[in-house]
Amino acid sequence: MCGIVGLLVKNEALRPQLGALMVPMLVGMTERGPDSAGLAVYTAPVSARHHKLSLYSGENAVDWPELLASVAARFGHAHEISTHGNHAVLTTAADPGMLAGWLGVSAPTIAVLSVGRSIDLYKDVGAPADIAERYAFGALQGSHLVGHTRMATESAVTPAHAHPFTAGRDFCLVHNGSLSNPHLVRKRLEPLGIEFETDNDTEAACRFFEWRLREGDDLKTAVERGFSELDGFYTFLMGTDRELLIVRDAFACKPAVIAETDEYVAIASEFRSLAHLPHISHATLFEPKPEEIYSWRI
Amino acid sequence: MANLSPLPASREFDLARDSLRDLNLYLHRHAVGEGISRIEVRNPAGAHSVACGLDAQLDVQIHGHVGYYAAGMNKHASVTVHGNAGPGAAENMMSGRVHVKGFASTAAGASAHGGLLIIEGDASLRCGISLKGGDIVVGGSVGSFSAFMAQAGRMVICGDAEDALGDSLYEAVIYVRGKVRSLGADARVEPMAAADRAAVKQLLSLAGLAYDPAEFKRIASAKSLYHWHADADQEY
Repeated sequence: MCGIVGLLVKNEALRPQLGALMVPMLVGMTERGPDSAGLAVYTAPVSARHHKLSLYSGENAVDWPELLASVAARFGHAHEISTHGNHAVLTTAADPGMLAGWLGVSAPTIAVLSVGRSIDLYKDVGAPADIAERYAFGALQGSHLVGHTRMATESAVTPAHAHPFTAGRDFCLVHNGSLSNPHLVRKRLEPLGIEFETDNDTEAACRFFEWRLREGDDLKTAVERGFSELDGFYTFLMGTDRELLIVRDAFACKPAVIAETDEYVAIASEFRSLAHLPHISHATLFEPKPEEIYSWRI
Repeated sequence: MANLSPLPASREFDLARDSLRDLNLYLHRHAVGEGISRIEVRNPAGAHSVACGLDAQLDVQIHGHVGYYAAGMNKHASVTVHGNAGPGAAENMMSGRVHVKGFASTAAGASAHGGLLIIEGDASLRCGISLKGGDIVVGGSVGSFSAFMAQAGRMVICGDAEDALGDSLYEAVIYVRGKVRSLGADARVEPMAAADRAAVKQLLSLAGLAYDPAEFKRIASAKSLYHWHADADQEY
């Protein structure tokens, strides 16, 4: 079992409230996922010359200003960092792949959670309410987000196994369910040079879709390919810098409810995570049909 | 003569204030003794197991959307959800009536032994799975694998059905008004007899739906799976 939440605000005036609207959604999914939680939020993009990296140090103390100085000494570009305890968002003009590679060697206790121009990613172990408080989710601003509360079934309870998973840039995925062929998918992708960070089944789906995106598919086409390539049961919720997408497998064992108004589209595993939203009594409520792809663009 | 004010016949629970445990405890243990027959429930906000396991002739009116297992295991009571229901609504109902005014999620009426489940909107996948004697009337359409392995009881579907309707049916009978995307293994369309039309008419009337029974077709088991064929398709 796990809980998923997604929120996209259609009205730009609501972007400053994105986090505040979402926190009760995430906390509402605590019974479905009490052991870890995570969130990807899509903000206004940084300039075309820059990228953002979400960094996470777990239980290791990090002197972020010192890290920033080392990064500047090595890459020489202007950098900015915004920190929240063991989490930081580093904005860089350097090549983000080179920077991530350098961090892996020079600061191996720091995990790169996401890379992109819009995405900020947070995930950690613990109760969703604690994690929301730890990283001040209520203050997050942006156009859309993808969140998850986890009850581990297929792999360990660690921050790395928590969702959302990311691959490439500005792409993330959360999953309620479990896949039965993640190792086959992995065996197919690894010879293409695609590296995996965990043994988690969801990571296989995430890297499969991101690979298809790089091969030129749009997200919908990639997901359609997934119908024949990914075996198992799932509700997948995905985000890119422009799009929020949900799909359920043919048997639709894992729940999802969508509430749509003129102002927002909100998605959760259960209605109880949507009940607090403004004007919910006037929202169009429906469950996504099996193997039908629903997406919204900003 | 003392000026006795009559006891109220109804009581209200507001789940924004009252706990679900208190509501269900009241319905199980106290309502009958207090002479309360009608209970209004406000602000369910998607809570699970609302009005579960009732065992008395109560009229429970739930104003809002409910989560998993609403009115599960119902016996004798009439439960109306003025909203949508989550997975497993009225699952394992024994008798009584459960009426969902909106849509119902997966496995509505699963293994119901008796009683009547009415869903005015659509029902998701696996509606009436393993039905054991209850009746289900769906005003809208049903998802795939509905009435899977249904053993007894009747299901009236006023809209369409998705894939594998009535797969591995036993003695339950399905009546469908709309299109069936595909029948499940061993399910077949059969002619409507006068008794079928009467059954559909009665169930539609109980559900307050005004369709013509002549528009429905009957789906029942071909009974070819009743006996094991060791050489079936030479696959074993």
